[in-house]
Amino acid sequence: MGKTFKTIDEAIIRFAGDSGDGMQLTGGRFTETTAILGNDLNTLPDFPAEIRAPAGSLAGVSAFQIKFSSRNTHTPGEQPDVLVAMNPAALKVHQKELIPGGTMIINTDAFTKKNLSFAGYESNPMEDGSLDDYFTLIPVEMNKMVTAACEGLDLSPKLVGRTKNFFALGILFYMYDRPLDTTEGWLKKKFAGKDDIIEANTRALNAGYNFGDTTELFMSRFKVEKASLPPGTYRNINGNFATSLGLLAAAEKSGLSLFYGGYPITPASDILHTLASWKHLGVQTFQAEDEIAGVSSVIGAAFTGNLAVTATSGPGIALKGEALGLAVITELPLVVVNVQRGGPSTGLPTKTEQSDLNQALYGRNGEAPMPVIAAATPGDCFFAAFEACRIALKYMTPVMFLSDGYLANGSEPWKIPDVDELEPIEVSFSDRPNANGDYLPYLRNEETLARHWAIPGTPGLEHRVGGIEKAENTGHVSYDPENHHKMVKLRQEKVDRIQNDIPETEVFGENHGDLLILSWGGTYGACRSAVETMQEEGLGVSHVHLRWISPLPKDLGEILIHFKNVLVPEINLGQLLRLIRAEYLVDAQGLNLVRGRPIGAGTIIETVKKILG
Amino acid sequence: MSDLQSPQLTKKDFESDQAVRWCPGCGDYAVLAQAQKNMPTFGRKREEFVFVSGIGCSSRFPYYMNTYGFHSIHGRALAIATGVKIANPDLSVWVVTGDGDSLSIGGNHFIHALRRNMDINILLFNNRIYGLTKGQYSPTSEIGKVTKASPFGSIDNPLNPPSLALGAQATFVARTIDRWQKHMAEMLARSYEHDGGSFIEIYQNCNIFNDGAYEEYTGAEKLDNVIELKHGKPMLFANNTKGIKLEGSTVMVLDIEKHGVDDILVHDETNLDLAHIIANWTSRPELPEPIGVIYSIDKVTYNQGMIDQINRAKEIKGSVSVQDLLNTGDTWVVE
Repeated sequence: MGKTFKTIDEAIIRFAGDSGDGMQLTGGRFTETTAILGNDLNTLPDFPAEIRAPAGSLAGVSAFQIKFSSRNTHTPGEQPDVLVAMNPAALKVHQKELIPGGTMIINTDAFTKKNLSFAGYESNPMEDGSLDDYFTLIPVEMNKMVTAACEGLDLSPKLVGRTKNFFALGILFYMYDRPLDTTEGWLKKKFAGKDDIIEANTRALNAGYNFGDTTELFMSRFKVEKASLPPGTYRNINGNFATSLGLLAAAEKSGLSLFYGGYPITPASDILHTLASWKHLGVQTFQAEDEIAGVSSVIGAAFTGNLAVTATSGPGIALKGEALGLAVITELPLVVVNVQRGGPSTGLPTKTEQSDLNQALYGRNGEAPMPVIAAATPGDCFFAAFEACRIALKYMTPVMFLSDGYLANGSEPWKIPDVDELEPIEVSFSDRPNANGDYLPYLRNEETLARHWAIPGTPGLEHRVGGIEKAENTGHVSYDPENHHKMVKLRQEKVDRIQNDIPETEVFGENHGDLLILSWGGTYGACRSAVETMQEEGLGVSHVHLRWISPLPKDLGEILIHFKNVLVPEINLGQLLRLIRAEYLVDAQGLNLVRGRPIGAGTIIETVKKILG
Repeated sequence: MSDLQSPQLTKKDFESDQAVRWCPGCGDYAVLAQAQKNMPTFGRKREEFVFVSGIGCSSRFPYYMNTYGFHSIHGRALAIATGVKIANPDLSVWVVTGDGDSLSIGGNHFIHALRRNMDINILLFNNRIYGLTKGQYSPTSEIGKVTKASPFGSIDNPLNPPSLALGAQATFVARTIDRWQKHMAEMLARSYEHDGGSFIEIYQNCNIFNDGAYEEYTGAEKLDNVIELKHGKPMLFANNTKGIKLEGSTVMVLDIEKHGVDDILVHDETNLDLAHIIANWTSRPELPEPIGVIYSIDKVTYNQGMIDQINRAKEIKGSVSVQDLLNTGDTWVVE
């Protein structure tokens, strides 16, 4: 009571704790409530690959960051204003990123000698004064608080201790003036039938909220007003869920059955989980014995007339490479989702990266062109997945859809599209001979060069496809040199013609100027955010974000030459950069940070200012 | 799906216009001829047959069948066929594969397709050699096999395909021989009739790189060392002069003239324990080589399981539209 309200434009908070502390769940609940309140937001879950690293270890720290705003926001932000640290290891890993003067909410009950030394602290930072000068410290005995709150419940101390994340959540809800009812409702649903657990977590949540109210450790609360978003019905969505929905919507709009074949892999598995739960919509999911079987089953399903999809991450794409070449030469429509993660090899399974672009473009033997599309934001995964399906079916080609770990797990408020308003996807199976009584499976549509598609079960159109070079039109085995040259060119030409389906490139800002930021994939938010800031400062900076990387849009070359500088920020060592330099002979420069994390808008602004002098 | 209205199909209907390019004398011809001859008798429309293959000599097979066909990549035929069969369970799906294709590079798909009881017919052309790459030892080559890749003899133990199939929970396991045309026709029909994954190992000669493979079983007359298994019939061989007796878990050969048939084991293709025992005879030179249906049981197929699950999910969850799904969870309206 009695705390003053300060209205602010935006806030960044980070929950950090041990893998078992439930930080992802806590972040998710804060996000849901914040979304419903009408703020724009972006999130960045950041968790270790190990399911449970040793409790209290640095390796086991799991974190969740959210930026929420009364304005449009494109990124989860860089330095948080508030850090919740549930143990010494979480503090150790994240303290250096907190903004100077920021607030630390710390569970002091976890600051035991053992945990401190496990985290590498020689003395207790809560007591040795090393933090006091820089941050506002809010020490909270969370274990004791929840134990008191849960008194009288028939629960073990261990289960009671597990509610402390909801206590922390309660404090944050108080600080930022958020209601508890969404979370309470969620608890009731999530733990239906386990009344004690519902009660304990609800009590912890309320205790945290009340603690905020009564403590004198901080004096003000914050209001972040609603953002002005375009009218519509919204939900919060992450990239993997949006991808799954996009695939399903494409099946609906094409009238085809959706077949998904794949093998579990981080960070793509949620697509398998989500689609598997939609059996009642007729979705068939097949958890294959390996990545190769996953894509092979998809090729078989495509041959048989389904909308066929597989999803994986970089290592899985490496395994699928040979089969993708088969899909290219048999010209079958399928979509391959790559939720990119840190590489090479096992790399950083739970971290984000954009380093599979070269693999998407070139990672097959022979001349095996595949269209490559990339999503820009978590919600955009829906539209990119839908578009990938549309192009695959229209051009009879496998399509690679690049998502990444940040998009897959990050979330944002998303205006729910109206399925009726999505463009229909036209599919026509051959049902009769197409050449004087014969059926030629490689006869093509003159405009798209898509070959004809007759599916097993169609009488009179029996034919064979395969991985040996095809004779033009007939599809028979052919070793003829001229035919091979022609077919190699035809397959490339077909992918190039997808340019006719790519809308005019949107230049954000002036279409000429000092510098153009050219981006693709998940760096969209940071780039757009940086460009908005620089434009407000009056700099001649514009932004182009690519949706299709293969083929590149027709008008891109013309756009590039109207800028004195071109900067390509990427979470790799310059994979798009080299393509742009090779294709257009422009002296583009790269901003390449490969840390397994999104590039920050601040870093982009710094780089641009250095270039512009 | 039989269609009584359509004219009876003939062998000719199943022959494609492509010239067959196997080496003269290859055992593949015999299998192709039997497939083309017998498919028309199954009472199913030609367009409902799909032949899928991997890489290897036998994998050219689909090009010669005038059905839907897919000549894919090395080892992956079963995985591709799995997608075909799930996408359209009404199709009759056949996989043509070799010992290298299905047991080496494709070994993983082989065991998993069988374990799932995916309703696919697998024809494994086992010539115990890599032919298309010109003669290296295969996963079924004998120990000591001298090839270009094993000039001092192979030191790999060979796989026993029926044992592997049974270990992988196969529901139909049979073996035939390229030169036993009538028997092969019978096995193809049994495989077709079986609901679930069917596996037929075909002993086949490669007259270029492994000539004389299985010569011991394929002489002009059936030799003493082959037994043709028949469900419900006593296990007799060598012109009914010998029989098999099982004492405990020990298998022995009895002289019929001396012992009569009363103690002779009767074949029961639904007995899994027996199937495992029979499959192992291959590694026992003193026992006859078993040919015929080793094991066959009815078990729900993957495809039926998938259909049932979808129907159940529809019953429980009711009719849900894509738009409903888009709108699930917490939503809010911005005006």
